[in-house]
Amino acid sequence: MNPFSSGTRLRDMIRAIRACKTAAEERAVVRKECAAIRAAINENDNDYRHRNLAKLMFIHMLGYPTHFGQMECLKLIASPGFPEKRIGYLGLMLLLDERQEVLMLVTNSLKQDLNHINQYIVGLALCALGNICSAEMARDLAPEVERLLQFRDPNIRKKAALCSIRIIKKVPDLAENFINPATSLLREKHHGVLITGVQLCTDLCKISTEALEHIRKKCTEGLVRTLKDLANSPYSPEYDIAGITDPFLHIRLLKLLRVLGEGDADASDAMNDILAQVATKTESNKVAGNAILYECVQTIMSIEDNGGLRVLAINILGRFLSNRDNNIRYVALNMLMKAVTADAQAVQRHRSTILECVKDSDASIRKRALELVYVLVNETNVKPLAKELIDYLEVSDLDFRGDLTAKICSIVAKFSPEKIWYIDQMLKVLSEAGNFVRDEVWHALVVVISNASELHGYTVRSLYRAFQTSAEQETLVRVTVWCIGEYGDFLVNNVGMLDIEDPITVTESDAVDVVEIAIKRHASDLTTKAMALVALLKLSSRFPSCSERIKEIIVQFKGSLVLELQQRAIEFNSVISKHQNIRSTLVERMPVLDEATFIGRRAGSLPSAASTTTAPSVNLPNGVAKPVAPLVDLLDLSSDDAPAPSSSGGDLLHDLLGVDLSPASQSGAGQSSKKGTDVLLDLLSIGSPADQGNSSAVDILSSNSSNKAPDSSLDDLSSISLSSRTTSNAAPMMDLLDGFAPSPPQTENNGPVYPSITAFESSSLRLTFNFSKEPGNPQATVIQATFMNLSSNTYTDFVFQAAVPKFLQLHLDPASSNTLPASGDGSITQSLKVTNSQHGKKSIVMRIRIAYKINGKDTLEEGQINNFPRDL
Amino acid sequence: MGIRFIIMVNKQGQTRLAQYYEYLTIEERRALEGEIVRKCLSRNDNQCSFVEHRNYKIVYRRYASLFFMVGVDNEENELAILEFIHLLVETMDRHFGNVCELDIMFHLEKVHFMLEEMVMNGCIVETSKPNILTPVQLIDKTS
Repeated sequence: MNPFSSGTRLRDMIRAIRACKTAAEERAVVRKECAAIRAAINENDNDYRHRNLAKLMFIHMLGYPTHFGQMECLKLIASPGFPEKRIGYLGLMLLLDERQEVLMLVTNSLKQDLNHINQYIVGLALCALGNICSAEMARDLAPEVERLLQFRDPNIRKKAALCSIRIIKKVPDLAENFINPATSLLREKHHGVLITGVQLCTDLCKISTEALEHIRKKCTEGLVRTLKDLANSPYSPEYDIAGITDPFLHIRLLKLLRVLGEGDADASDAMNDILAQVATKTESNKVAGNAILYECVQTIMSIEDNGGLRVLAINILGRFLSNRDNNIRYVALNMLMKAVTADAQAVQRHRSTILECVKDSDASIRKRALELVYVLVNETNVKPLAKELIDYLEVSDLDFRGDLTAKICSIVAKFSPEKIWYIDQMLKVLSEAGNFVRDEVWHALVVVISNASELHGYTVRSLYRAFQTSAEQETLVRVTVWCIGEYGDFLVNNVGMLDIEDPITVTESDAVDVVEIAIKRHASDLTTKAMALVALLKLSSRFPSCSERIKEIIVQFKGSLVLELQQRAIEFNSVISKHQNIRSTLVERMPVLDEATFIGRRAGSLPSAASTTTAPSVNLPNGVAKPVAPLVDLLDLSSDDAPAPSSSGGDLLHDLLGVDLSPASQSGAGQSSKKGTDVLLDLLSIGSPADQGNSSAVDILSSNSSNKAPDSSLDDLSSISLSSRTTSNAAPMMDLLDGFAPSPPQTENNGPVYPSITAFESSSLRLTFNFSKEPGNPQATVIQATFMNLSSNTYTDFVFQAAVPKFLQLHLDPASSNTLPASGDGSITQSLKVTNSQHGKKSIVMRIRIAYKINGKDTLEEGQINNFPRDL
Repeated sequence: MGIRFIIMVNKQGQTRLAQYYEYLTIEERRALEGEIVRKCLSRNDNQCSFVEHRNYKIVYRRYASLFFMVGVDNEENELAILEFIHLLVETMDRHFGNVCELDIMFHLEKVHFMLEEMVMNGCIVETSKPNILTPVQLIDKTS
């Protein structure tokens, strides 16, 4: 015996694994065993091969890789003895799959074994072939399998039948060869052969219409007779389950009859009697009987219509549905789903029971029932059904609420008879489960509200009321804020009062309160806050009396750490205080959003949408010419569209607010600042086209950075704040950004400002870090590393490496150069992006290594940086 | 093809037997088993025996400390699978005599042989216990 083989028996290995207390211990045992098995494989150890393979199967089951044992399977299969072959074939089926090339090697062994004189070995080969055969093997071995369909022993015939299924699925062309042998199997008495033969015929029918026609014509009667014999057969202990002889065969037969009866009146006619008999006579107090009834109902619903049978089937389903056993109710719901297409009327009758199932305590039943209700909804019953579902929303489980909300929204949107009802229902959903509502759903709601001009007042008042009770629902807050921004004056003056409404008294300052709560609420996210700022700007014009207060709120956000908010606050503040004359035109009501465009964009047809969206900004109703049109861009969707093909189709409102809320996308950062510039330039209506001005600004910046390295915080477009950029090159903007000095832009108005640090200094080298934050992503910090050579030698092959602990993620951009001139005569810059998953808890640390050559001689410097600003 | 996989798991969620009838990588299997076990083990006795997961329907049944889980596609008759699990357990019972978790662990290959006789390529081959067990017991006689 080989000295390296551990020699443990399978039993001992399993014991050892069972004794493991932790996953780590288990891994250690498995590793040791695997090493021993590999060694044995290398030794070509014959004696223990099958024991090793048995161990490997156990290890495989535990979920460890075992590919190294694959060749062993083949060797065992090729060995002459039955026990070896047995375990070899089992290993083949468990450890290999049809995608592996090793499998090609087994074709020959299989062919030999299929022709073996020992029928058990033939059985093994058939079984393996049936489980793993690939298309090539199917072609090679189909004749053998076909022959074995007529083998004398029924145990071989049944396996050959299932093997044939695999073959015809892999190579459908071969199907016609199997039609005749398959139909002859249907005349057998042996249950194993029958059940597999029926299965083979079912699959043949699915693959080839020729087979379907043939079997329908030749075998329907025979199958009906077989089912009749089976249903009436006396007690047979071998196949009896709960008083029924072989329910599995029943089910297979019913399934094949279904295939044959579908779309063929004659065949359906032939099976009517037996289906009626099965449906009425089968005992329904045990699982087996119910399984047959369930299958029978499916068949009745699928074959050509026979009124009497359908009634019978629907009654069975009704009985199932009121059964106390949850399993039975589950399959009933499942079945009703399929029956809807055949007989929607009959299913509607059970609506109230189904609705009860939506509220069941069992998640599986709830899910089925909800799906069923969803297909049952139509124009006539949408109101009561939606009401039931929305009422239930209040008490539903949290993990079910997402599904339920999505379905309700979809139902309401699809079948709403009138806009006011739609808006009402949506408001209810938003107040109950606003946090589960997807973006496109509330975007759609805003579009509808915008289009329902006679309901603006009603809607904004309803939203105001809903907000008082459900201010924690994010999407409700967003819609409310948007509507108050647009239609705040309707709220205060009770404009467009409907008869059904109770008048409410809302002062201007109450309306501003709502927006203030939304913007100051801790849980509000960036989108909500950004929307609130826009709403405030609009309200400042609608409610002149609150203008001062609004200004104060806006001013508070000038120091926001989030670039987007800071930028808006600064811009809006300027608009309020300095540009009174244009403010009212600036914040006019949004033009009615184009529903067709929105739907088109939801469907994802971005190109066409992009071309159509230019229209609304052109035909603006406000009549103010050029200087204002770009202003509308600030709040509208047109100009942002073209440069942002990455923005998803449905984000109408995002565009609308000019926010790029996808800081994660690589291009996003650059684009968002670019967009921002566009808007700002437009806002001031600078003579030159916005695009051009912007790109030149970028050019200036990038060239700037390459010349003047210490100022290199400028060259990182993604990190730099818009305001600093514009001050550095766009003089006309000064007045907008008043208060900012025109010179050194990169420090004081960079949003969150972090001092530069000298991260590392030795006698020969100095490394400084400048920091900036990415907008909207407080976890990410962009570090601009600048290297200075303090010695009088030039460094070549300069390489900087950095490592961070696990809670950080580090991304290094390429360095500007790998040569560092002597005596501080130039520098290398390199930007690093660090994402701190423990932002706010831990500060950044970093270990660095700098390698370079002085006159061809390697030098290495290492160090750890601990002096990062704390809150990065 | 009705049955996609058959898994036996104990109460602690450790896999005791896994047979797949479609190709999944070992990582996918581990993930799938973990997800299913978490879903099924958290359900109580009053809830139904069917769980929908990804594009599978899991039919499961509990026997003492062992869970039998069968993943099937949409076409399959769930109640029949429930009955099939019982048939499998009865067959093992007849072979081992009051089968328990340890029997399955220590005779993994035997259980696989039985399964092989009962299911092939996701279809039921044989439903008679004597027919299933004859070839399995043959190997005991020869070796």
